[in-house]
Amino acid sequence: MQTLMNMARNNMRQYSMIIALVFIMLLFQVLTDGILLEPLNITNIILQNSYILVLAIGMVLVIITGHIDLSVGSIAAFVGAISGMLMVTYNVPTFLAVIISLLIGALIGAWQGFWIAYVKIPAFIVTLAGMLLFRGLTMIVLEGQSIAPFPESFKKMSSGFIPDISAGGSLHILTIIIGLLLSLILIFNEVKNRRTQLKYGFEVTPSGIFITKLIAFFAIINVFAYILALYEGIPNILIILGILIIVYTFVMRKTVVGRHIYAIGGNEKAAQLSGVKTKKVTFLVFVNMGVLSALSGLIFAARLNAATPRAGNLFELDAIAACFIGGASAYGGIGTLPGAIIGGLVMGIMNNGMSIIGLGIDWQQAIKGLVLLAAVAFDIYNKNKAL
Amino acid sequence: MSEILLEMKSITKEFPGVKALENVNLKVKKGEIHALMGENGAGKSTLMKVLSGVYPIGTYTGDILFENNVCEFKNIKQSEDLGIVIIHQELALVPDLSIAENIFLGNEQAPKGFINWNETIHKTTKLLSQVGLTESPTTLISNIGVGKQQLVEIAKALSKQVKLLILDEPTAALNENDSENLLNLLIELKNQGMTAIIISHKLNEIIKVADSITILRDGQTIETLDVHSGDINEDRIIKGMVGRDLTNRYPSRTPKIGDVIFEVEDWNVYHPQHRERKMLDNINLHIKKGEIVGIAGLMGAGRTELAMSIFGKVYGQKITGTVKINGKEVQLNDVSQAIRNGLAYVSEDRKGNGLILMDDIRKNISLPSLPKISKNNVINDNQEIIEAESFRKKLNIKTPSVWQIVGNLSGGNQQKVVLSKWIFSGPEILILDEPTRGIDVGAKFEIYTIINQLANEGKGVLVISSELPEILGICDRTYVMSEGRITGEVDRKDATQENLMKYMTKSRG
Repeated sequence: MQTLMNMARNNMRQYSMIIALVFIMLLFQVLTDGILLEPLNITNIILQNSYILVLAIGMVLVIITGHIDLSVGSIAAFVGAISGMLMVTYNVPTFLAVIISLLIGALIGAWQGFWIAYVKIPAFIVTLAGMLLFRGLTMIVLEGQSIAPFPESFKKMSSGFIPDISAGGSLHILTIIIGLLLSLILIFNEVKNRRTQLKYGFEVTPSGIFITKLIAFFAIINVFAYILALYEGIPNILIILGILIIVYTFVMRKTVVGRHIYAIGGNEKAAQLSGVKTKKVTFLVFVNMGVLSALSGLIFAARLNAATPRAGNLFELDAIAACFIGGASAYGGIGTLPGAIIGGLVMGIMNNGMSIIGLGIDWQQAIKGLVLLAAVAFDIYNKNKAL
Repeated sequence: MSEILLEMKSITKEFPGVKALENVNLKVKKGEIHALMGENGAGKSTLMKVLSGVYPIGTYTGDILFENNVCEFKNIKQSEDLGIVIIHQELALVPDLSIAENIFLGNEQAPKGFINWNETIHKTTKLLSQVGLTESPTTLISNIGVGKQQLVEIAKALSKQVKLLILDEPTAALNENDSENLLNLLIELKNQGMTAIIISHKLNEIIKVADSITILRDGQTIETLDVHSGDINEDRIIKGMVGRDLTNRYPSRTPKIGDVIFEVEDWNVYHPQHRERKMLDNINLHIKKGEIVGIAGLMGAGRTELAMSIFGKVYGQKITGTVKINGKEVQLNDVSQAIRNGLAYVSEDRKGNGLILMDDIRKNISLPSLPKISKNNVINDNQEIIEAESFRKKLNIKTPSVWQIVGNLSGGNQQKVVLSKWIFSGPEILILDEPTRGIDVGAKFEIYTIINQLANEGKGVLVISSELPEILGICDRTYVMSEGRITGEVDRKDATQENLMKYMTKSRG
């Protein structure tokens, strides 16, 4: 019982996030008369939020190191414009254009990372400058016009679905199979982990709870896959997103560089004196942010099927809000990747739900603002109580 | 003289799961300096927080009588209005404001809502002369040293018509001169009729200034001693604090000294911002295997700067000179290189430079040694837990598990985490900068034991310390620094406080 209480307390924040997400989903499920969780709408939510979630992945790393990036929306727009120029104006092959675009993102990240990590200019200022700079450059590249349409192969990235093995059926079979496989791999991994921990004689989750957890995992993944299969199956973008989430979660949790990123945000001086190359790691975090901003810009351009000067407007704020709702600390050192994703989903589902019930954009903004404040206030309240 | 100014009766304060104070009684007479002593975690600070209203009425049980009136403070403001002022260990001054602005912060001389600067400056000048400072009231706090900042805090307290001044570890960050100054000032203020409560770990200081001593242990009052009654000495106080006789404050050890393991030759370092300012001037030193070498010196002598310039050139610029390990010259251009070459540096600023307070023990211990417990950059977290757990047991870190957040540990336990962290990194040479600062007597003994053990394993240990008894107690040989130079080298058999002090104060001829 003691361990149970401890576990609940330690993971309070994560559980409360998930509970909040479920609550918001149920709320809008009722308010929208069941439209929210319809297969078509679920697919839509994924497509609509993919570019914000990609940004949130990069942003949570930036925030964990104790910085912020205000320029991601402008970078996304700029890279979108460049990709438009390459693919539409100069007919560069899609694959090559995507690679060039991502490299440009990396370069921009390196540019900002240099000022932040090596010259020690506060990230707020560097990226505020970047926000203006790259918005301006976007308009210069586009000459104030939109570029369209993109080649079919590029559009597929944001609006396509994975092919099915047996055409014709109303159910997307491959999606179901992937869901099953994923959930089995996950369960296998969890069981293996628990075995090792038991072997070492560590305290583990009591088996009752463990099994319940596994069943819940299994159910969620497969129900989700089933819903997607009812429509067109897994969107391509979800595959990209899924890989990013898994890779980055692994990096942050299990690798040396992940630990170094947390250490820098926790206490930069102590990290430096422990042999962490603080400047280099900070620099790389911004390079990474640049690449993900570029990817986000590409996804958005592909979804819109146009590169526009206004693209990416306010993306940075949505991404930052996702991280903070997901439990990241503005002072650095604290935050998780799954948290940021859940935070992004909370925002995304609220946007979607409020749109369906016909709430104006004015009210949507106001409510989102309050939710952000409430989430962080709840966090701080919990922390104070814990002391 | 024997009138009672403050009486705290059966104070009990509980935190979730812990009884921090249990039926504590404290009587302070008017016009005395009353020392509150006890090991870390004995409840001294908690008691003072109850007194000053940080913990409001209702969160504790028991009575506070001040000038024979029952007090029920709801916040700090109310206790300050009665003349109870507390100066915390971490000074509460704003670095970018002037002395005058700081002294009257929250108490601005603004009769009509506008600040009367002439009045402010005038009053500040008077207060400063009272505490023996000659600085201009418009000097920024960031431009004066810690010792003077402490005096400004006292001036600030005086500006509030203080009747009872509480000082929490006032000399912890001060060097001997500044401490001496501060203590003399306290005695002078006492002679002018002020009452003070002082919390300190430094026994010699307490014996010098205090009239009575109340000892707390495990949240309970053990005894109140009258210093003037005669037979009060350091051992007597320690006995009260730890509950047993501590016959030897430094564990004994027979040094087994081997070959030279570490040499620094012709080491010159310039100030990181001012290119022309030479901070370290032609330093030469060596450490042998199994030897504990001390570096003594006053604050500002350049000891920490020396350590940090050697340890991966973290401090300074235009660094010249050579470092040899086992006779072979090595390059230590950044910290990770220094670690790979077998160096470890335990910082004097445990919280600021040594630990990541928001992380748990396990992560703090493994941080410099992650390559050791990972394969292809992937951390083996099971192994990490096992290693951390073994250090928790070996160094007796008093906490139920390695999942404990380091920020919640006491100073002594935090220091053990830092030591674990650096022992785990597998060094041959350890530089320990003020390894026992702010740590209670019992934990100090444990730290010394660990240091001895490291030396016995054949490692070279360099100990930087401001406490001369500590240098005398544990070091085989001591370098003395003054103004960025080594002014003396003293063997254990020749070392006395007097001759160390002589070298420490030797200035450039």
